[in-house]
Amino acid sequence: MAEYSAFSLLKNALTGNRDWKPAWRKPDPKPSYDVIVIGGGGHGLSTAYYLAKEHGITNVAVLEKGWLGSGNVGRNTTIVRSNYLYPQSIRFYEHSMRLWENLSHDLNYNVMFSQRGILNLAHTPAQLDDYARRGNAMRHGGGDAELLYPDQIARLYPGLDLSGSARFPVVGGLLQPKAGTARHDAVAWGYARGADRRGVDILENCEVTGFLRDGDRITGVTTTRGEIRAAKVAVAVAGSTGQVMKLAGIDKLPIESHVLQAFVSESLKPILPGVVTFGGGHLYVSQSDKGGLVFGGGLDEYNTYAQRGNLPLVEEVMSELLAMFPAFARVRLLRSWGGVMDMSMDGSPIITTGPLPGMYLNCGWCYGGFKATPASGWCFAHTIARDEPHEINAPFTLDRFHRGILIDEKGQGSTPKLH
Amino acid sequence: MSPRRSQSGGRVDRTRTIRFTFDGRPFTGHAGDTLASALLANGVTLFGRSFKYHRPRGVLTAGIDEPNALVTVLHGEVREPNTPATMLEIYDGLTVVSQNRFPTLAFDFGAANQLGGKILGAGFYYKTFMGPVFGPLKGTRFWMFCEYFIRRAAGLGRAGIASDPARYERMNAFCDVLVVGSGPAGLMAAKAAADSGARVILAELEPKFGGTANWLGETIDGVAAAEWASTMTRDLKARDNVRLLPRTTVWGYYDDNSIAALERVTDHKSAPGKGEPRHRHWSVRAGSVVLATGAFERPLVFPGNDRPGVMLAGAAERYANEFGILPGQKIALFLNNDGAYRAASAMRKAGAEIAAIVDMRGEISEAAREIADEAGGELLRGHAVVATEGGRHVSGIKVQKFDLASGSLSGEARHLDADCLLVSGGWSPVIHLASQAGMKPEWNEPLQAFLPPKPTQNWVGAGAFNGRFTTAEALAEGHAAGLSAAGLPGGAASVPEVESVALDAHPAPVFEIRAKGKAFVDYQHDVTADDVRLAYKEGFVSVEHLKRYTTLGMATDQGKTSNVPGIAIMAEALGKLIADVGTTRFRPPFSPVSLGALAAERYGDLKPERLTPMHDWHLENGAAMYAAGLWYRPMIYGLAGETVEQAYIREAKTTREAAGIVDVSTLGKIAVQGPDAADFLDRVYTNVFSTLAVGKARYGLMLREDGIALDDGTTWRLGNDDFLMTTTTANAGKVMQHLEYLLDVVWPDLKVQLTSVTDQWAGAAVGGPKAREILASCVTGTAVDNEALPFMGIVHGEIAGVPVMICRLSFSGEMAFEVYSGAGHGMHVWEALIEAGKPSGMVPYGLEALGTMRIEKGHVTGAEIDGRTTGRDLGLDWMLSKKKPFVGSMMMDREGLIAEDRVRLVGVISLDNRPLKGGAHIVEEVNEKEPKNSIGHITAVCYSPSLGKYIGLALVKGGKARIGTRAFISDPLRDRFGPVEIVSNHFFDPEGKRMHG
Amino acid sequence: MLITCPYCGPRDLSEFSYQGDGNRTRPDPASTDQAEWNDYVYDRINVAGDHNEIWQHAGGCRAHLAVVRNTLTHKITSVGFARDAGHKKSDGHRRTGAHS
Repeated sequence: MAEYSAFSLLKNALTGNRDWKPAWRKPDPKPSYDVIVIGGGGHGLSTAYYLAKEHGITNVAVLEKGWLGSGNVGRNTTIVRSNYLYPQSIRFYEHSMRLWENLSHDLNYNVMFSQRGILNLAHTPAQLDDYARRGNAMRHGGGDAELLYPDQIARLYPGLDLSGSARFPVVGGLLQPKAGTARHDAVAWGYARGADRRGVDILENCEVTGFLRDGDRITGVTTTRGEIRAAKVAVAVAGSTGQVMKLAGIDKLPIESHVLQAFVSESLKPILPGVVTFGGGHLYVSQSDKGGLVFGGGLDEYNTYAQRGNLPLVEEVMSELLAMFPAFARVRLLRSWGGVMDMSMDGSPIITTGPLPGMYLNCGWCYGGFKATPASGWCFAHTIARDEPHEINAPFTLDRFHRGILIDEKGQGSTPKLH
Repeated sequence: MSPRRSQSGGRVDRTRTIRFTFDGRPFTGHAGDTLASALLANGVTLFGRSFKYHRPRGVLTAGIDEPNALVTVLHGEVREPNTPATMLEIYDGLTVVSQNRFPTLAFDFGAANQLGGKILGAGFYYKTFMGPVFGPLKGTRFWMFCEYFIRRAAGLGRAGIASDPARYERMNAFCDVLVVGSGPAGLMAAKAAADSGARVILAELEPKFGGTANWLGETIDGVAAAEWASTMTRDLKARDNVRLLPRTTVWGYYDDNSIAALERVTDHKSAPGKGEPRHRHWSVRAGSVVLATGAFERPLVFPGNDRPGVMLAGAAERYANEFGILPGQKIALFLNNDGAYRAASAMRKAGAEIAAIVDMRGEISEAAREIADEAGGELLRGHAVVATEGGRHVSGIKVQKFDLASGSLSGEARHLDADCLLVSGGWSPVIHLASQAGMKPEWNEPLQAFLPPKPTQNWVGAGAFNGRFTTAEALAEGHAAGLSAAGLPGGAASVPEVESVALDAHPAPVFEIRAKGKAFVDYQHDVTADDVRLAYKEGFVSVEHLKRYTTLGMATDQGKTSNVPGIAIMAEALGKLIADVGTTRFRPPFSPVSLGALAAERYGDLKPERLTPMHDWHLENGAAMYAAGLWYRPMIYGLAGETVEQAYIREAKTTREAAGIVDVSTLGKIAVQGPDAADFLDRVYTNVFSTLAVGKARYGLMLREDGIALDDGTTWRLGNDDFLMTTTTANAGKVMQHLEYLLDVVWPDLKVQLTSVTDQWAGAAVGGPKAREILASCVTGTAVDNEALPFMGIVHGEIAGVPVMICRLSFSGEMAFEVYSGAGHGMHVWEALIEAGKPSGMVPYGLEALGTMRIEKGHVTGAEIDGRTTGRDLGLDWMLSKKKPFVGSMMMDREGLIAEDRVRLVGVISLDNRPLKGGAHIVEEVNEKEPKNSIGHITAVCYSPSLGKYIGLALVKGGKARIGTRAFISDPLRDRFGPVEIVSNHFFDPEGKRMHG
Repeated sequence: MLITCPYCGPRDLSEFSYQGDGNRTRPDPASTDQAEWNDYVYDRINVAGDHNEIWQHAGGCRAHLAVVRNTLTHKITSVGFARDAGHKKSDGHRRTGAHS
């Protein structure tokens, strides 16, 4: 398949754009593969891509129950950052950041990763100290972080309420300059095209209905498009983890599914350079290249598999946005939607072999899955190929909850709605 | 030639002139005009520029579905971008500017994008801008360089940065029946429901009730339909059980018939009336909902279909009949259905010349032919428009023979003069709310439209919403829907008679004429038919991929005019039926909603403020306040010229030397009462409380179920079955909920009552060597000596005539007393204590001095109990009872929670006599430039007046094992690096001699 | 979403605080079975369908309610008091704290 470039655009424009080929094939399932990846979202697709690219395993199928990228990879607020507290998290997300920085080249697909920075606003000196703790942890882990004070913040974000009379006055903020946003759909499509070009079969409208087993060992799946066998079956289905794992007889996991709503405003001329988060609540906002303010807040705070939230959360999110940017009162909400989050019991993910022989599990992304897409796939591919985790994902085990080796970034404990 | 106001007709009030400006030019209009109608009346046809190609655009519609005519409204510095001119009612002083153009609307440099032609097709940006793989522009740099310009070219209107001074309001409402839409169906439904006595709300997004009755020119019950609608509206308005909401868009259908609506209360006024908000956000819980939301007309897709002067046929009809405006002098029509012939008749009646009626169908009904004959002009059946001519306005069209069955064009293209082209591609029911509430819409082949899905919530549809496009059907269905929604059986009630021309609404199944040139599907986002086909070629064939790849339907009009044509073109490319391609799910909001309205009263006032009873005293006495959650607490009471550090050092020092007083009213306080209260406390605290004597207090530690520390505080036994628990300020709510859950869900058999009494008690802590003497001088009714009031003892007495409860406990390490009184007496008692303290030189102290003294004592607070530390991490092993189970007892000793490398509490002393910083890390090696290998962090810092050093508490790997060793503070964020000594966290008076006295 | 509190009647979602999975049974306080505790604290069945869950009417009577709600449709089919819920096994080990 042709490389994408300015030249190919020009050449095709001259021939009336008649010769473009599908970004990925639409093959029929083969009876068996070396590896089946369940879940055609960002993580599943990147897993398949890195299986092929890093491990030479190309006899791979990605199974997607609906249309490719229909889950959270196309429902998030596109933020990419690695501003974490724990060394385990910093190492993982810094690895992701390095993959992000070269991703468009690697995939020959412009995922529009733009490093315009993320600024976490602090509203009390104690909160600023807390951010300093995190920023210093990042610096000690090889990451980038700066502490900003109100005068510096005012220059970056002119519409931000920096008056001392604000209900939660801004006393400073933690800036990660390398952070930014990427075009979420492009990540799914770029990985799909990249995996496809290396021989991976992407099977859309192919829902897993059960697992094939030989004793305890998983040997394949039954799907709406027939039975497919594989030596290794990897599960990367985010909010649907509970449902898919039940098909394999795993009834309980340290996961709850919750809905997270996201919002976009009408298109505006550039007004926000980067990502800003509000420390007096749980709001994060950035502006897309198209001009819409893209923002979100907390969870609706109840278990759900419906990609639909409710009104109280909508009102809370708007209130917090306007507490930061009072001028946006006259901006309009264009669209809202919901994604189902696989909330884990410590707010950190799981990338592991098992829990059954022949099976591999990737889940628990809470609402941080998008930024993790490259590293998640990279680590999961390693884990699948070598049957053991890479040192980067070694801490993200399934048994760490029972063993008390938690990676609780927010210190909220086993209350998933609070992570 | 250009549009103009007709001499008569329409419902605008020609006697009232309204002045406004557009791009700085003054204009006039009349009462009842929208900005679109007023500008059209002035001959303006260029309203805006499109998103990508910056093509000139005029008005396509007359309502909320407008994709093109978006403007920015100015209120001084405050800007309101992206407002459809079709929805903006003019008022005196209205100031409007066009957007997405530079330097002017007529001459826009961005229009150069059109030269990009086929290079800028759908998704072009995914295929380029990656830049070089090495050199200074590697990584993301080249893209970010290009993106800078792309971002500036994209976007529509410009938002301001000035705060919006407007007020927004939220309203809760409850009704039996909510009727959405006030066309003939909605009016009938509201009346039928109201007649039954049901509480009815009727919401209409336009200023005037009646919908199509206002502009179709029909007759209902022998009177003009508009008059019938007015009468119906007056009748409904007069009823107590009906609430009419004009200018109100129902935009969200949430669970259990929770409905969200936006009322634009004063957007049409020069200034709001007294007490009027700008917008009102309605949250309605409706027993049932009647969806009478009508239908949107669809344009046709053909080259040049976006040129100003091209307008939907129904919109033109509305401009003529409702606003008395002719959109052109010589008007051509291009149609695929009979229904739109009515527009030809309306144009003719209003005085325009009909240039031609171009109908892609070979056969048309007799009724349509009669209208065409009356209207005059050429009737070109089996023809299609293949181009429009003109610059920034239509001056003519080109037509060719068209075969409906094969979709092919033939013969020579013929030119026709026209200054306006009306188009109609059939109608799409407005099913957005039903889709939000329920399942997938269903494609109806004869109507070429998606019809509402089966309800999964309690709603019933009526009229054009259901694909019943005639007024007679709307009246009958509306009546039936109203009865059904009110829970009444349907009946053969008499429905008003309608006189209208019977026209078949079924369109020919053609949405696109394929000829040379850009043919627009989504006007605002500049998505062309070729873009849809490109998406098909590249495999983006699911409707969701189509939407995301081309951005079809994602503009501010949310695809109201473009979704169905786009899906139809994709279906044709796929060789599939539209029914099999399906449509995207509609999401809230139905149309864009101001963020201010959604925040409502919380706009400018996000969270309530909690103030202690002594708050005013603090302010009057120079306190700088510190936000602690929702509370405000004094940080310092600064004297003139003092820095914060000088102030807290003075306050702490004075307290240790004489006495100090601090407001502790914000501590969480929970009354734990009942025969099982002691047992309950034993279960929730790590230490034992059942052995506590009445009249004594004890310090307690609570864990979460997972064994991590939750909170600490003292609990006082006031009676055998009566305890007063205190919590930290930050965790008061969390602890209350934790305890309530355990009691109500886990141990409902325990006889315990929990009551939050935080706000009932005011608290003041008096500490220092002279504290007892101060207390003794003002407390009556009890002694406060060591015998009457030993350490951790509790007594009741009076201060200045007010009952108080005094507990001798200490956070500062001094001999100290917490004095609690009823909150209403708080200020009175505080002032009496201040007065009593004067002879001893007592000072009020704030959080900084409080923090300083607790750090000197090594006590933990929220910075250490941060949700990640265990009791052992905090050095509180001695509080973990081995004699009883408690919440967290079985979880706290799991391998990860007792691992040697966990961070544990220690003290640190700055060895370079420079301040330490909270949030700084601790390292073992000198490596300031490349910080690494953190072994922990500093949680709290101060200058210790007692030690004469900068000290801090820290959580460090190895904890106590490191005591006596050196390490370094590493704080690259604040450029601080220096040696520290790791010491015990008990810096000051470790034996507690001072507090025990 | 509306929840019909047995005390207060149908009330809006915004008055309630979700208190999580109601399928879990807290082990006997004296239990030293670590696996049982781990399961209680961390493991969830995360049902796609009718889900037993606990809500507190935090902005009302503060009672904890045992609710059956469908996690696919949000439809609520049953609301009762959590204290009456059958799966609770508090009886029989009352005053477990008292044997200290």
